[in-house]
Amino acid sequence: MGKIDFYHRRLWIEKLSFWAMKGLTYFSITLLFLILIGLIYKSLPILQETSLGHLFFSIEWQPLKMKFGLLPFIISTLYVTTVAIIISVPLCLLCAIYLSEYADKRIIAFVNPLIDILAGIPSVIFGIWGIIEVVPLVRDFIAPAFGTTSSGYTILTGGIVLSIMIFPIIIHVLLEVFETIPTDLKNASLSVGATKWQTVKFVILRKAAPGVISAVVLGLSRAFGETLALLMVVGNVIMIPISPLDPGYPLTALIANNYGEMMSIPLYDSALMLASLILFVIVLIFNFISRRILKNIERKIA
Amino acid sequence: MNINKVEEGIFKVLMKASTLLVLVSLFLIIYSILRKGLPSLSWAMITQTPKGGFFLGKGGGILNAIVGSLYLAGGSTILGLFISLPVALYLNIYRTKTSRFADFTRLCLDVLWGIPSIVYGAFGFAIMLLIGLKASLLAGIFTLTLMVIPIMVRAMDEVIMTVPKGLIDASYSLGATRFETSLKVVSKQVLPGILTAVLISFGRSIGDAASVLFTSGFTDRIPTSLMQPAANLPLAIFFQLSTPIPEVQDRAYASALVLTLIILIISILSRIATKKFTKHKV
Repeated sequence: MGKIDFYHRRLWIEKLSFWAMKGLTYFSITLLFLILIGLIYKSLPILQETSLGHLFFSIEWQPLKMKFGLLPFIISTLYVTTVAIIISVPLCLLCAIYLSEYADKRIIAFVNPLIDILAGIPSVIFGIWGIIEVVPLVRDFIAPAFGTTSSGYTILTGGIVLSIMIFPIIIHVLLEVFETIPTDLKNASLSVGATKWQTVKFVILRKAAPGVISAVVLGLSRAFGETLALLMVVGNVIMIPISPLDPGYPLTALIANNYGEMMSIPLYDSALMLASLILFVIVLIFNFISRRILKNIERKIA
Repeated sequence: MNINKVEEGIFKVLMKASTLLVLVSLFLIIYSILRKGLPSLSWAMITQTPKGGFFLGKGGGILNAIVGSLYLAGGSTILGLFISLPVALYLNIYRTKTSRFADFTRLCLDVLWGIPSIVYGAFGFAIMLLIGLKASLLAGIFTLTLMVIPIMVRAMDEVIMTVPKGLIDASYSLGATRFETSLKVVSKQVLPGILTAVLISFGRSIGDAASVLFTSGFTDRIPTSLMQPAANLPLAIFFQLSTPIPEVQDRAYASALVLTLIILIISILSRIATKKFTKHKV
């Protein structure tokens, strides 16, 4: 009798744990859609009040007068991200090629942990570093070199700080992509007389092109959503930045700066939720595309 | 000297320079924080809560932020572990490794991983309003947990995938149920990997500010219950830096140094755990 009870207890535990695990797994999938639905629900009020076109293409941001033009913020976000990508991608590409093709094991063993550490450094630390080093650099050297004066809190400063923040993620994905390229392919190229560099240029890079794109897109989406570091160094002036030495005001900074005090003004919170929704949707699409590409690469190899 | 050789030579130099630049940027950041933070770091700073008017330059320290950070990161990591481990086990033990469902779940988690923490913050805030919760330690932990789940699951998933199928089959053949196999065989086998996942999540949640900006509030006191607001280090740094008083700004640098040290220690610990893991790999 006791033996049978024990047996049943084990089976019950098995059943319960199965359902609990299944439940939690479904919960973690649902989370994605929950966030999407929550953000859409919260941004509906402003979408009913104003047209999407007006919200996206108006430059007037005066919450007290119920004017919620998001264009300056969208442009700033795009601008900073572009600058960061332009600085980051060539450097990361060269670094990743070096680590995967040229460097010997000892160098890799030295470099990899350091890149991991860089990846773990909190956003606020990058921000503080930006204020200590990059802001004076831009103010005292770069701006005068181009014949203008600047406070140092500019799109360019944000872009520089951001580019370093996205180094680890781009390098990491690139290294994984290069790893999936079959050794046979490299050997074939080398054996017909190509030099190492020619192999890299004509075989590896060509083969890795989709992976390189997805690494860039992942870096892009990371840069898009970065908040605190940017908030601290881009100046937060509501205007459409023209030159990289103009200040900007990215979407994330808009949300972070205003969330606490928006409850008293009608539609303000809805406008900020819409800003979050825009970020969410863009990042969602970017991530989805690049993960798909990476998945395909893996499948082709396997 | 042919042109190909020259080209290769140039690019080799560029590649080395780029790698060096990536490393130098890390050292530069740590050096800057040390240079600015070390002079104003004192024992009083890390052992005292702020005295009244801390942000006006009066005395006190950042103990509230240090303890608050540990509470927030610790709470969310523990809660996250209880959610993530079952999910990671479910994906690998209860589903075949290559099932469509598991693939889809991984894709969703990867996408969740990429979502900016400010969006989690906004979402957490909306939920808070919905259920009538005030900015508190609990709300902060809750939001951070949501952010940490994808990180933890994917990290554990990667190590659980490496457990040999033979080991699992052996456990089944001795009559163990799937739950017993997951808990007593698989989890034990990947323990260092789980530890790494925990440390990564802890590091991520201790350094994140955007998601707790609206949800955990900020206070000068150390919270004594889950319903009280809690300070954390990144926000303390941010707020101290935004005052015009140089003395307070110096404290921000010192706080940044404390945060950096915590992150470095976590990073080293997780390295050790990973090393241990690869050493005992079957």
